[in-house]
Amino acid sequence: MPGSETAVGLRGLRKEFGPVTAVDGIDLEVRDGEFFAMLGPSGSGKTTVLRMIAGFEPPTAGTIELGGADVTRLAPFERDVNTVFQDYALFPHMNVLANVEYGLRVKKVPKAERRERALAALRSVRLAGFESRRPAQLSGGQRQRVALARTLVNRPRVLLLDEPLGALDLKLREEMQVELKELQRAVGITFLFVTHDQEEALTMSDRVAVFDRGRIEQVGTPAEVYERPATAFVAGFVGTSNLIAGAAAEKLLGRSGTYSVRPEKLRVVPGADALAGPDERSAAGTVAEVVYAGPATRFVVDLDAGGRLIALQQNLQVSSMEVLGLRGARVRLVWQRRHEFAIT
Amino acid sequence: MSRAGAFLHRRAGVRLALLLSAPLAWLGLAYLGALAALLVTAFHSVDTFTGTLNRTFTWANFLDLATGEVYRTIVLRSVGVALAVTAIDLVVAFPMAFAMAKLAGPRTRRWLVIAVLTPLWASYLVKAYAWRVMLSSGGLLGWGFGLTATVLTLAYLWLPYMILPIYAGLERLPGSLLEAAGDLGARSWQVFRTVVWPLTFPAVIAGSIFTFSLSLGDYIAVKIVGGRSQLIGNVVYDNIGAAGDLPFAAAVATVPVVVMLGYLAAVRRTGALESL
Repeated sequence: MPGSETAVGLRGLRKEFGPVTAVDGIDLEVRDGEFFAMLGPSGSGKTTVLRMIAGFEPPTAGTIELGGADVTRLAPFERDVNTVFQDYALFPHMNVLANVEYGLRVKKVPKAERRERALAALRSVRLAGFESRRPAQLSGGQRQRVALARTLVNRPRVLLLDEPLGALDLKLREEMQVELKELQRAVGITFLFVTHDQEEALTMSDRVAVFDRGRIEQVGTPAEVYERPATAFVAGFVGTSNLIAGAAAEKLLGRSGTYSVRPEKLRVVPGADALAGPDERSAAGTVAEVVYAGPATRFVVDLDAGGRLIALQQNLQVSSMEVLGLRGARVRLVWQRRHEFAIT
Repeated sequence: MSRAGAFLHRRAGVRLALLLSAPLAWLGLAYLGALAALLVTAFHSVDTFTGTLNRTFTWANFLDLATGEVYRTIVLRSVGVALAVTAIDLVVAFPMAFAMAKLAGPRTRRWLVIAVLTPLWASYLVKAYAWRVMLSSGGLLGWGFGLTATVLTLAYLWLPYMILPIYAGLERLPGSLLEAAGDLGARSWQVFRTVVWPLTFPAVIAGSIFTFSLSLGDYIAVKIVGGRSQLIGNVVYDNIGAAGDLPFAAAVATVPVVVMLGYLAAVRRTGALESL
């Protein structure tokens, strides 16, 4: 369980590459034992932040603290963090065991102890028996687990993961999400991982920081970030944005400003004149597009009041034939008032 | 035309044969043919009085070569020079190649590559004489001539042939491997010893084959800056020119070939040739 002590503290962190500002003044606290995600589109600065924490890039300004100690000027080998690289960066000329032992070997840990710890690390990622394989003889998922074992064997204070599942196919990625989460609980090490995949960030992490253009837009639990996005960017990047703005907001909600409702919170009712309950709100519109996706269907609805909303409906009873027939139909979207939120 | 194109598209084998026929013919005739002729000539002899070629088979040239004290000295000296040149080039080339491949930005890298290549565009003789001027008693260095001067000159001449393969090898080495090693606690020299060196060793071998074989066959640099010392190449040259003993020259010329074959066989056991 996440403790109250700070594992990683970033203060006023900046990084400029020539004229480009990659990281534009970031303050962040990651607590001990937390599974923390840095989420954002490519070029948002999240990987640069990770590389600065690892010590691969010196910051232009600001400080980095690990467990309360300032490590801003320390070399990578002097920092109590380890990194799982996006391409895994396994040493191709060493077998699995030598890869996992590497960190202990360069730190002159006695042979018997490092063998024992490496074998334990390999067992923890379910790779016992693979010791003498070369990285080239492993599948993507197995390489990923060797990379994990190679870092965990050093028992770092913080484990940094750079798009750890990016190179895996969908099925394996979903399995590894669960496995990573279990592993993190078992070892109790702070995991700080970078991803552009909002679903990955939401399913795995205790807290998420959403990055955009070198800044942090919002920090919160997955539920906070998803249900109560602080900015339009967060609303759009984490989930589908579904904005009600301008004239449509005045007409439907009786207020000016920009509001958002998540697609799964919208109910699609056939016929334009269905009635809404007391705590509900509704909007009439025309179905512009129907996207059948197996377990659910996505309706794109053009509102009479202006704008367009996307509604996600579970296919509890209907079949693809029935929902596809709704294209062009008049419908009413109904949602509970508590599910609409203002966006700044 | 388009029909021929379609035909070639379907027949990958024909395409390959068309592309390779000219270069393979060149290699077969000019290169292997010349080597075979060399080997055959080495077993002939020359009549000492009339100077005419006698084409009957004889081991005499190789026996002379094996028993002559002076030849053994020259062969050992030549191998020593080639090894020294290779060692110097390796020590100079590795940091240079590393800076080019891993530290320099794209612009600097381009300039460094050009800087390494430019000497190759200048004539060999010009460069050798430039070293003669530098090394002569009134020159910039003024160290005089001899074996050391020969080694220095050859190391300079063949340096690009060592830098370029190592540079290519280091470029293929993912930067994340170096970062991973540092991240896992390795200091710079440990990163070099455990990751960089083993993974670029094949490239080093490739470079050393160039510097070693080029040094072993050279006879011009040693003539220009070598003072009175002689290498295998000089013996070959003198037997062709002054002595007119072509068969003996051929026999001497097989020595570098045999040494190189031995070197390649040794290298092959390290597995370095597989990644060429």
